[in-house]
Amino acid sequence: MNPHAPIEVPPETASPSRLRSRHLLGIADLDPAEIRLILDTAEAMKEIAARPIKKVPTLRGRTVVNLFFEPSTRTRTSFEVAEKRLSADTLSIAIATSSVTKGETLIDTVRNLEAMSPDMIVLRHASSGAPHLLARLCRSVIINAGDGTHEHPTQALLDAFTIRERKKRIEGLKVAIVGDLVHSRVLRSNVHLLNKMGATVWACAPPTLMPADLARFGVRPTTSIDEAVDAADVVMMLRIQHERMYGHFIPSTREYFTLFGLTPERLKRAAHDVIILHPGPMNRGVEIDSDVADGPYSVILEQVANGVAVRMAVLYLLAGQDEELR
Amino acid sequence: MLPEARVPQVMDADRMARALTRIAHEILERNRGTSELALVGIRTRGVPLARRIAHSLRDINREEVPTGALDITLYRDDLMRHAVGPQPVVRRTEIPFSIDDRRILLVDDVLYTGRTIRAALDALIDFGRPRAIQLIVLVDRGHRELPIKADYVGKNFPTSSRQSIQVRLQEIDGLDEVLLNGPEGES
Repeated sequence: MNPHAPIEVPPETASPSRLRSRHLLGIADLDPAEIRLILDTAEAMKEIAARPIKKVPTLRGRTVVNLFFEPSTRTRTSFEVAEKRLSADTLSIAIATSSVTKGETLIDTVRNLEAMSPDMIVLRHASSGAPHLLARLCRSVIINAGDGTHEHPTQALLDAFTIRERKKRIEGLKVAIVGDLVHSRVLRSNVHLLNKMGATVWACAPPTLMPADLARFGVRPTTSIDEAVDAADVVMMLRIQHERMYGHFIPSTREYFTLFGLTPERLKRAAHDVIILHPGPMNRGVEIDSDVADGPYSVILEQVANGVAVRMAVLYLLAGQDEELR
Repeated sequence: MLPEARVPQVMDADRMARALTRIAHEILERNRGTSELALVGIRTRGVPLARRIAHSLRDINREEVPTGALDITLYRDDLMRHAVGPQPVVRRTEIPFSIDDRRILLVDDVLYTGRTIRAALDALIDFGRPRAIQLIVLVDRGHRELPIKADYVGKNFPTSSRQSIQVRLQEIDGLDEVLLNGPEGES
């Protein structure tokens, strides 16, 4: 095989072989073909986790900085594992140990990091739009790992990957997203993605936690979890975010569980082959009953495994971009 | 005259079938049976070729030889070097058996610079420690850039580096043939 010739793509899987942007800032910027490319690539990446040697040499010599200004275990470790499986050199900086606590601004922190010439920066920040700012000011490829209440693109991609793997499709499914919607970047990214891929999205929350104009985004809002879960193919439970509850959004977690918690009884209304997703970390007994979280319909741990594959796909696809667009 | 009629055909369906059957016989002769063998095709066109050889081996010897598919994209040495052309799409590697202590028959359509095979060897080693790896190619067109040699060759076909060899297979392209593209008479 000629190594310089483009590899031919069989017609049934023909899709673009690259992303248009050199950064991954949000799902809003992706088109359906790009989403399919990421999910297809992730499918190939998933097999690597089953090998005796769970590592490929693809990103050898590349440096990836994981810059986390908010606490995160799952997303940060998932990115780290993905980077290591692709043989990138990784560097993880958490806020508690950085000079941000000494008063340095985001831009100064990143300019100093860039002086050490990393190739990519994975950014988690409490301010919406922080990765977009860096994308304008930096040479590095920026991957958004969650910005404020705006987007969390790799989470939506791994949710879509999990749904597609289980249901063999996304189009035409009824997806219910239940929980703290107003503070949720996971909701925003998922709404963009599921809409683009042709699913019907229902959003359920108490009025205090419901964003104002969800219907404008093609979402069906409801305050009744029974209505949201009814005949749903996918139920996605979102966490009650105690750290963002500076107002008084819910009277008590116990009342919230009574009215909005996903229990085995409520789940009976869903489709017989429903799957339950949760981006984690779970509050058992607040938004989800333990019996549901650990039950046969739950794919919560599959999501974690799929997260690594999806992030490997994103890193691979963006790494190929940056040489030429730089 | 139709444009494709000007492209010389190096192999037709008949010759391809005979070459693959001959290779199957050579495999049996050289390895004394099939008990320790497994076939691994390199994506894309090595995979149907591997399946066909497995089929021939079964016809001759009445034993199944496990067959897998290897995608070498993540092991390519030119992945991040080429500014032009689309980035190769990563596809699934499927090797549903242990390669430890087996004799692995690696299958590709065209042997050229040897770089694909170098990548495939690296990839295979990550799956275990085979007893031996042997290389099967449908066409060897010369111009090696690495010290790599095929053990079984369907057809040796010297080419110039300005030419290219195109293998078409029923399973992917709807017909079996090997074509020579580019200026003639330079080999």
